[in-house]
Amino acid sequence: MKKMKLGLMHCIVAVSVIVGLCGCKGDEGSSGPQKEVISNSGSDTMVNLAQTWAEEYEKVAPDVSVEVGGGGSGVGIRDLMQGIVNIANASRKMKDSEKEQAKNNTGKTPVEWIVGYDAMAIYIHKDNPIEELTIDQLAQIYGEGGKIDKWSQLGIEIQGADEIVRVSRQNSSGTYAFFREHILDKKDFKLESKDMSGSKDVVELVSRTPGAIGYSGMGYKIDEVKFVKIKKTEADQAYLPTLENVVAGNYSLARPLHMYTLGQPEGHVKKYIDWINSPAGQEIVKREGYVPVGLGK
Amino acid sequence: MQLDQQSISEDSPRSLQSSGFNRDSGYYYRFTRIFRRLRERAIVSLIYICGVSAIIFVFCIFYFVFREGVPFLRDCFNFKDFFLSKEWYPTSEVNKRYGILALLAGTASVTVVAMSISVPFGLGTAIFIAEFCGTKTKEVLKILVELLAAVPSVVWGFIGLMVMNPIIVKITGAPIGLNALNAGIIVGLMSVPIIVSIAEDAIRAVPDTYIEASEALGATRWQIVYKVILPAAKSGLLAAVLLGVGRAVGETMAVLMATGHSINIPFDGEPPFFHALESVRTLTATIAAELGEAPRLNPNPDGTYVPDARHYQALFTIGIVLFAITFVINMTADFIVKGIRKKA
Repeated sequence: MKKMKLGLMHCIVAVSVIVGLCGCKGDEGSSGPQKEVISNSGSDTMVNLAQTWAEEYEKVAPDVSVEVGGGGSGVGIRDLMQGIVNIANASRKMKDSEKEQAKNNTGKTPVEWIVGYDAMAIYIHKDNPIEELTIDQLAQIYGEGGKIDKWSQLGIEIQGADEIVRVSRQNSSGTYAFFREHILDKKDFKLESKDMSGSKDVVELVSRTPGAIGYSGMGYKIDEVKFVKIKKTEADQAYLPTLENVVAGNYSLARPLHMYTLGQPEGHVKKYIDWINSPAGQEIVKREGYVPVGLGK
Repeated sequence: MQLDQQSISEDSPRSLQSSGFNRDSGYYYRFTRIFRRLRERAIVSLIYICGVSAIIFVFCIFYFVFREGVPFLRDCFNFKDFFLSKEWYPTSEVNKRYGILALLAGTASVTVVAMSISVPFGLGTAIFIAEFCGTKTKEVLKILVELLAAVPSVVWGFIGLMVMNPIIVKITGAPIGLNALNAGIIVGLMSVPIIVSIAEDAIRAVPDTYIEASEALGATRWQIVYKVILPAAKSGLLAAVLLGVGRAVGETMAVLMATGHSINIPFDGEPPFFHALESVRTLTATIAAELGEAPRLNPNPDGTYVPDARHYQALFTIGIVLFAITFVINMTADFIVKGIRKKA
């Protein structure tokens, strides 16, 4: 008789606890005037640019607030596929399978907007004597099965660091995907590279490591690293990743920067994208070290 | 006064008992008794449910992780390729491979370095605090050790990235300061407070009679510690070390920043067989870095799944592996402790 009463008591208490917790939802009170929010996530290459756009746009349209997140092009595209963000930044093109997934999940097909151009630069330590590399040599250094492992194979001598220290990005990065598609020809990277989480981290690691080589956006250069001139084959001329070379079509590692929206954007999202493509927005692109849309190919 | 009234009223005729629910009525104490009994049962029941809910939560978590990992286990899982291959290419366009040998080696190497630092320091501190220090130093030391535990793990990662990195490069001359040694030192320092608090409790639990008897036989302080106290506190010390190992295996943020995140097996055939100066990647860091991007693929409209693309589910399978590792460590600890108790 006592045991039954205790069991009944357990049930009553459990139910009341659960009901009590469910009732705890409460109101999400909002204070102050409602602001329109545009959420934006994705490419780490574009995150500083997107942040600057957000801050400048706040001055132009104070009733709209733009929230910028990073995570890599892969994260932004995935967020768009789940319908979590309004705009996804990507430094690579969205794959057809991803567009299919987005359509399945949200019912709208993603629309692509090109908002600037970036050149992917190859960085080395400032004391490294190498001047030029071909695309094929880069593939041999970074690609699976590639034969170039040491600086001496390229005819270079570096004090105390003959092993090439490859600095790469994690596999959610659009920069990583772009490198794999255009230089490694869709094959895989060699293992044992240092996979950093952001464009800035790559450059910082290269600046501290005499035997390192890394790839990142051209806007991330600092004084302690050098650009490597890239040429398509041995016979061509090698070019630095500068604004002029990208515009003239000489630098072969130029890539468009994309923003994706679900379907044609409306209202404040449309105004934001129009502003980005206007001279005011593109001026910011130039200031951050990228190539504005009007000039690039 | 009321009790007297009650005992008197039991004898007095009914006409003198009052109506209404107050201390004079006959039913007041009966109802309060029932109410108190119910209240106590309710509190006991609430505490019981809180305790049971911990078990329920653990089972729910395990079920959730397992359910998310099943599509990978069902479609793409090959025991040899998963556990014995170091090729981790889950986003490859041409050839997806899911091999976690390098990740296991990374976790193992960071844990080995961490334990080789935290066990001597942790046990030494515990012995010092429990046996050799004066009361004032004891209080100060305990507070400082708890402070080590209060540092958030992302701050440890930052220390590894910014502070230990140049120090390691300068001292060892390695090409890069983000390696297994760096992460091992950081995680070791994070595990020290855990080992210290539990080991200290275990050492203090050794009965005073043992110590008094050894002193009577003429043993020095150090002899007492090493011949009497440590063997007597063996099970507690082992539990402390294994909890430290569990912490080291599960640490995510600090190792994400300090290991250099590189798929690499630091164990080699050439001496010194364990290359602690190479960058590694751990299981936990892989999940943290890649889960944000791995899409949880829904089935196509016709009900089929995209073949081969199981990145999200493979990461959950890594979660299952981590669960299994911690489970095995705890089970081993349990068995060893039981075994020691049986002998003693």
